[in-house]
Amino acid sequence: MMEIMEGSHAVANAVRMCRPQVIAAYPITPQTHIVEALAEMVADCRLDAEYITVESEFSALSACLGASAAGSRVYSATTSQGLALMFEVCFNTAGLRLPVVMSIVNRALGAPLSIWNDQQDSIALRDSGWLQFYAEDNQEATDLHYVAYRVAEDRRVLLPAFVCFDGYILSHTYEPVEMLTEEQVDRYLPKYRPVHRLDSADPISIGLFASPDYYTEFRYQIDQAVKGSMQVIREAGRQFGEMFGRDYASPVEEYRMDDADCAIVAMGSICGTAKDAIDEMRKEGRKAGLLRIRTFRPFPAEEVRKALSGVSSVAVLDKNISLGSKGAVALEVRDALYGSGVPVLDYIIALGGRDVAKKDIKSVVDMAAAGKGDLFYGLREEVLR
Amino acid sequence: MTGEQCSLFESGHRACGGCAAALAARTILDAAGRDTIVVSATGCMEVFSTPYPETAWNVPWIHSLFENNSAVASGISAALKKQGRKEKVIAIGGDGASFDIGMLCLSGAFERGHDFVYICYDNEAYMNTGIQRSGATPYDASTTTSPAGKCSTGNPRPKKDLPAILAAHGAPYVATATVAYLPDLKKKIRKALDTEGPCYVQVHAPCCTGWGFESEKTIAIARLAVETGLFVSYEMENGQVTRVKKVVRKPVEEYLKEQRRFRHLFRPQRNDAEIAKIQAIADRNAEKFAIDIVLKK
Amino acid sequence: MALGLGCSSRPGTSRANRTGSWRTFRPVFLHDKCTKCGLCVSVCPEGCVVADSEGIPEPDYDYCKGCGLCAEECPAGAIEMQKEEK
Repeated sequence: MMEIMEGSHAVANAVRMCRPQVIAAYPITPQTHIVEALAEMVADCRLDAEYITVESEFSALSACLGASAAGSRVYSATTSQGLALMFEVCFNTAGLRLPVVMSIVNRALGAPLSIWNDQQDSIALRDSGWLQFYAEDNQEATDLHYVAYRVAEDRRVLLPAFVCFDGYILSHTYEPVEMLTEEQVDRYLPKYRPVHRLDSADPISIGLFASPDYYTEFRYQIDQAVKGSMQVIREAGRQFGEMFGRDYASPVEEYRMDDADCAIVAMGSICGTAKDAIDEMRKEGRKAGLLRIRTFRPFPAEEVRKALSGVSSVAVLDKNISLGSKGAVALEVRDALYGSGVPVLDYIIALGGRDVAKKDIKSVVDMAAAGKGDLFYGLREEVLR
Repeated sequence: MTGEQCSLFESGHRACGGCAAALAARTILDAAGRDTIVVSATGCMEVFSTPYPETAWNVPWIHSLFENNSAVASGISAALKKQGRKEKVIAIGGDGASFDIGMLCLSGAFERGHDFVYICYDNEAYMNTGIQRSGATPYDASTTTSPAGKCSTGNPRPKKDLPAILAAHGAPYVATATVAYLPDLKKKIRKALDTEGPCYVQVHAPCCTGWGFESEKTIAIARLAVETGLFVSYEMENGQVTRVKKVVRKPVEEYLKEQRRFRHLFRPQRNDAEIAKIQAIADRNAEKFAIDIVLKK
Repeated sequence: MALGLGCSSRPGTSRANRTGSWRTFRPVFLHDKCTKCGLCVSVCPEGCVVADSEGIPEPDYDYCKGCGLCAEECPAGAIEMQKEEK
């Protein structure tokens, strides 16, 4: 049924239908509406879960880790500083191979303090072993939670997953969302059956320390699992499409890419604006297209290479910056296109909540056509003087 | 019967000979039994018991990080409750994990009232990293980050009173125990496990390597800590001290002079002023907990 | 073969590590002096002193590190530490 809902509430509803047994969360803007909604559901017996009101994000993920190790499906949500505080636990959760699913309501990282949107927070955790999905709109933000649980808990994967969607732009915006029913979700998402769990009937030890004789092999195995999850994502995404009509089989989305001359590459809600700008440019006879990356980890290098190998320029919109280097998406895209000769230009854009309009997208395409890139887009003049 | 005592914490672990933490682990599991899930903080006990692919634990065990064992235990406890399982949850950490870096998680877990037992094996410094000072290091102890020197008599601060802090969280049961009295330690672990809600047991665990004494003296040193009044073995129920181990008190120097970490108080010359300050700490403990047995003349 | 998922291991596998090789002193149990009080069993940090069906304790030298705690604590003086001959 199509409903007009705030993004946070749509996501909370989706999470409810995934039936997590344990939720641990700590309030942080702009994630709060999700965890408030879930608390209400637990209070009204609409969701049968233990809800742990932890004293920090660090404990939120630590409690989720413990509950997951004990064999429960778990959930948390956070953003920005909260995710940064979880940094250590993030690496640990992936290393222990626990399929925690967490919503990341993307927000900038301080300093300076900013409560507004960019994608620096989750990007900073790109090396942690978590799968990372980025939603363009609230429909996708909602659907990707079902997919994320299914992929994370798959025996071939057993890794935690971020479902990332842009703070305020999606989380606080009302959009029509088609919500699945509980029966539909139950059919799509099987009950969680842990492969290894803390259980006195089978008293294994989890999280031993590894000497140099073993550490590399453990990291190799995690890397293999992250890379191998791509196949599982395709399967889970395809089946979602077959059951509910919205197909997430591909880790990327191509928009008017068939005959595109300049390809924009981006993740998240900025892609909506980019699509509108492309439509207008197409009317003006300019052959622009969009390659939207939905799955950033594992990185779909093969799909990116395939989609971009024919274009004459690539303009990557990075809502993050690896300070002292480039935006993270551009680095990946350049790596994927290595040897193809296709120029990849990077545009650091929309940091800390700065609005991006269609004219900005057009302006980026103009710059890319002129070979001008690898820059912060739209800087205030005063810092350049 | 005695043969089964060692079965839940297996031989072959890599603790130093005479390690009180290993003895504590074994005794704790003996008291707790098979239906116990253990969450270890990073530290000596975690490292000496679980170098991959070997584990000394015969109960379900997990290590996540240094500072989050009580948060992990919170999650496990919640999951067990939701799944209708009856296993007990024990979080174990050294004094660094408990008094210092894990304090936030510990406080949060106790405030929320999860049903679990937190056990701190207190060897009064960061032993795993090489004997650095912690919030549990006693006054004047020389550690690698509070070394005694020409203008230092060692650690400048007294030990943090963690049992009182956790009792102030409303913990129904808080106890201190020591490897000097193993049956008492077992009894307290059992009581903590049988009490609903967050319970705390602090186990004094002398470290021969870090404190500087011969490995066979571990229990003798632990006993002297109690007999001098520098370590008080007691129980608190709902914030009230209900039981205290009473002693015929010995002067503190009988304890101090046996350990390299206090050697600077005796050599090159005796530092009476500092020894008197430590004696005053023992005297205050004795008064506060009324531990003195008055001998009839 | 894949390593244990999440760096996990089957219980009690530390038995593969025979710590007896660490020993420089060996506890010798003098059964004629033993009162079968069981203290040596309970104070051993290795858990490697085991009493037989008659309550007579014997250390497992495969694991005994020779710390000497049992000898120090034995109230009957029934355990002697002797230099290990190599």
